[in-house]
Amino acid sequence: MTKKMQPLDPNKKLDIEAILENLEDYRPPRKGWTWRVAPEEGVDMGPFHYRDMAEPLKRSIGLPASKYFDNIDPQPKPVVTTEIASGRFEDDIRRMRMGAWHGADHLMVIRHTGQSHIDGLMEGTPEGVGGVPITRKQIRASRKAIDLIEEEVGRPINFHSYVSGVAGPEVAVLFAEEGINGAHQDPQYNVLYRNINMYRSFVDAAEAKKVMSSAGIFQIDGAHNANATAKAGWLVMPELLVQHGINCAYSVRSGMPKELIGLSTVPPNSPPAPKFWYDLPYAVALREIFSDFKMRAQQNTRYIESSIEEAIRTHTIDTIISMLTSADIQSTITPDEGRNVPWHYNNIRGVQTVKQTWAAMDGLNEMIQIKRDGPLGDMVRDIKERAVAFLEEIIEVGGYFAAVEKGFFVDSAQYPERSGDGIARQGDAGVAAGSIIERDPDYLAPVCAHFGDNHLPEGITHACDAIGGCTLCNPDLITYIDEFDPEDNVHKRLEKTWDYRKGNLIRPEVEWAGDGTVLVEMMIPENEDYAREAGLEIARRMGLEDPQVINLMVLHPAEGCFLEVKGKVTFDIDRRDLKIPEKVILLSEEEIRDAVKKTNLTVVAGTVGEDEHSVGLREILDIKHGGIEKYGVKYHYLGTSVPIEKMVDAAIETGSQAILISTIISHGDVHRINMRKLDELCREKGIRDKVVLIAGGTQVSADMAAETGMDATFGRGCKGINVVDAIVKVLKERGVV
Amino acid sequence: MTDERIKQFEVRHERLKTLSDDELKAHFWDLCYQVVDPIIDLARTHTSPSIERSILLRMGINSAKSHGIVDAIHQAGLLGKGAGHVLLKLSQKLNVDVKAAGDAILENKEVLNGLFEEA
Repeated sequence: MTKKMQPLDPNKKLDIEAILENLEDYRPPRKGWTWRVAPEEGVDMGPFHYRDMAEPLKRSIGLPASKYFDNIDPQPKPVVTTEIASGRFEDDIRRMRMGAWHGADHLMVIRHTGQSHIDGLMEGTPEGVGGVPITRKQIRASRKAIDLIEEEVGRPINFHSYVSGVAGPEVAVLFAEEGINGAHQDPQYNVLYRNINMYRSFVDAAEAKKVMSSAGIFQIDGAHNANATAKAGWLVMPELLVQHGINCAYSVRSGMPKELIGLSTVPPNSPPAPKFWYDLPYAVALREIFSDFKMRAQQNTRYIESSIEEAIRTHTIDTIISMLTSADIQSTITPDEGRNVPWHYNNIRGVQTVKQTWAAMDGLNEMIQIKRDGPLGDMVRDIKERAVAFLEEIIEVGGYFAAVEKGFFVDSAQYPERSGDGIARQGDAGVAAGSIIERDPDYLAPVCAHFGDNHLPEGITHACDAIGGCTLCNPDLITYIDEFDPEDNVHKRLEKTWDYRKGNLIRPEVEWAGDGTVLVEMMIPENEDYAREAGLEIARRMGLEDPQVINLMVLHPAEGCFLEVKGKVTFDIDRRDLKIPEKVILLSEEEIRDAVKKTNLTVVAGTVGEDEHSVGLREILDIKHGGIEKYGVKYHYLGTSVPIEKMVDAAIETGSQAILISTIISHGDVHRINMRKLDELCREKGIRDKVVLIAGGTQVSADMAAETGMDATFGRGCKGINVVDAIVKVLKERGVV
Repeated sequence: MTDERIKQFEVRHERLKTLSDDELKAHFWDLCYQVVDPIIDLARTHTSPSIERSILLRMGINSAKSHGIVDAIHQAGLLGKGAGHVLLKLSQKLNVDVKAAGDAILENKEVLNGLFEEA
């Protein structure tokens, strides 16, 4: 057995090199799919009772607003998916950790472009294009990292990839051996979108499904590709039911338990279309017909454009459909899928969309109900009847293969109409045509999880007993291959990024360590053509290499455009050159309230100098903004443009223990001068040791206190709690409390 | 062609609309199984190079070797016996384990000659 790795420290980066050590001895600690635990009685978190949530995580990062709600991070009932596949798994596993902290527990790895046409398994860790080359070493390293991550967040994580292509059965065995938890498997996908020979695809699929079932691997089909491919996604709804039905039925007949069979379903339409008019009846029809199977609700990709916000809004609406109907797995799409290979933080945005929508709608189905009679019911029925008629016609023309040859599938018209643009494939054509072989009457496969006719030797009931065990029963029989290519491998890549991961250099990244990519937003008050070129030129002059406009929104044909320009920075920042301001550890609220009460803490406050700004200071003071009033502090607010003398006099008059001055607009060093003056004046009047002096403002920073004679100074982002904390600390030092 | 299909659909539709929701659902599944059952029979009685390589994987033979072994067995016309079957038989004949039998095929595929001819 492998030496168990130390649990992750939330304050330390993943040690990729350590994960890659001793992979030959790694064994997955568990196999099979895991659902979230959602207590029937609901979940209590902070001040709320939730009805559609699962048990919370041990460690996580909540939505931005969670700080107003005791930092709760409610976790939706369905498993939440994020797709991560940059081409370098060593960078992806860091993103997986980020995703898990935000609530993803289904990590889906897209395969390297072209892997489905590779007749056999890939090995080693070559760099991928459009995905990750799926190999034993890559899977082991990823799964081993995920083992640590799931322990860190306190919830099992499902690792997922694809059992498709001409090597389906081999990939399925690899996944079963290595503890992959979920996989896409749909022979129709191979035929229609990968042009793999139809007989080969289906013969292989039965074996692959049998192997997957043996390891409890959850299966997702590929039907949703039809509405991602068809010109008008919403018209292919009857066909989608047919494709889902064929894969489900074929899986059941291959021996797969229904609870392992999932439908990959996408609400097919998108605004400005009246989305719900199509998508809601479809979602209902699907869930009624496929009530024995699981729903993996995917978000729409067909109409995704380069606007992040538009994608997020569509995905919010898609998630509402899941909530109104059902979803066992709620998948997320990164909102930047329409513009580039997903970036780290867009995975997080996708997961947040689901978390935010789900929390908002918790318990919704206890208050509202889908109106089943009326137009929705008629449309549900219509979709089902068209699907059934579609199936009848398949049988009438001679079955599935004949129907594919006639171009029945992925036609963009609504059945029974036909545009003639369906994908037709021929039985004697496609990748690996003519490669299936009839089994002889004495055919034998002496291994477990084998599908179909098998003539085991007499007396053998457990298939692999004939050879003394197979890898599915005894993982020690697996032969591990490390690397084939001495150059194109993870170790070579890691050498190049060491400084960014473990050394002192810092560079921004969106995909790969040290990639240097940044995004600049700007508004250019020009028409589209000039705005685009100006944006590129601005990025160049900012020093960005290889700038590209990845989103442009016309605000008005003449008045201007909003642009997002990406580019690469070519310099490094050295950690050792950065000065990190010391962090103040705040007293507990209870301690603060106690001290305030004991001293009957009273302060005077005002904006000093010739300055009419009051907003910042009011936020520090008012209970409404979480100001010092919230902690019981009484204040005398003297207004704006208050002379320093008046501040001091007022403090004496009211017996206040602290003076708060705000200085926002500062010409030259006026803010410093005012602060020093306040200190001097208090000394002159002999009250310096009786008052706490605090100054704040946009030009003020935390390290200005000593030079100006203040007890504490605050800059941007300061809250009431920081001010009252500082006052109480000084009072404690002086022995007042 | 489309006109004809639409006419056909109308005929089907007349019949389908008399079914209850439950009957329609049962009919849907009945048709799905009718579509897949002949394909399942094809899968039950056929194999492929990938299936055979996946069997060798399960027997502990790595991906690099399983390719050459299955190709050799295929060329010898023995894939219909099952690659695992061939290895098992050869291992018994040579009195070695199945991995060594695989290596023997890679070394010299003539070891497959006449393997299934002896009684």
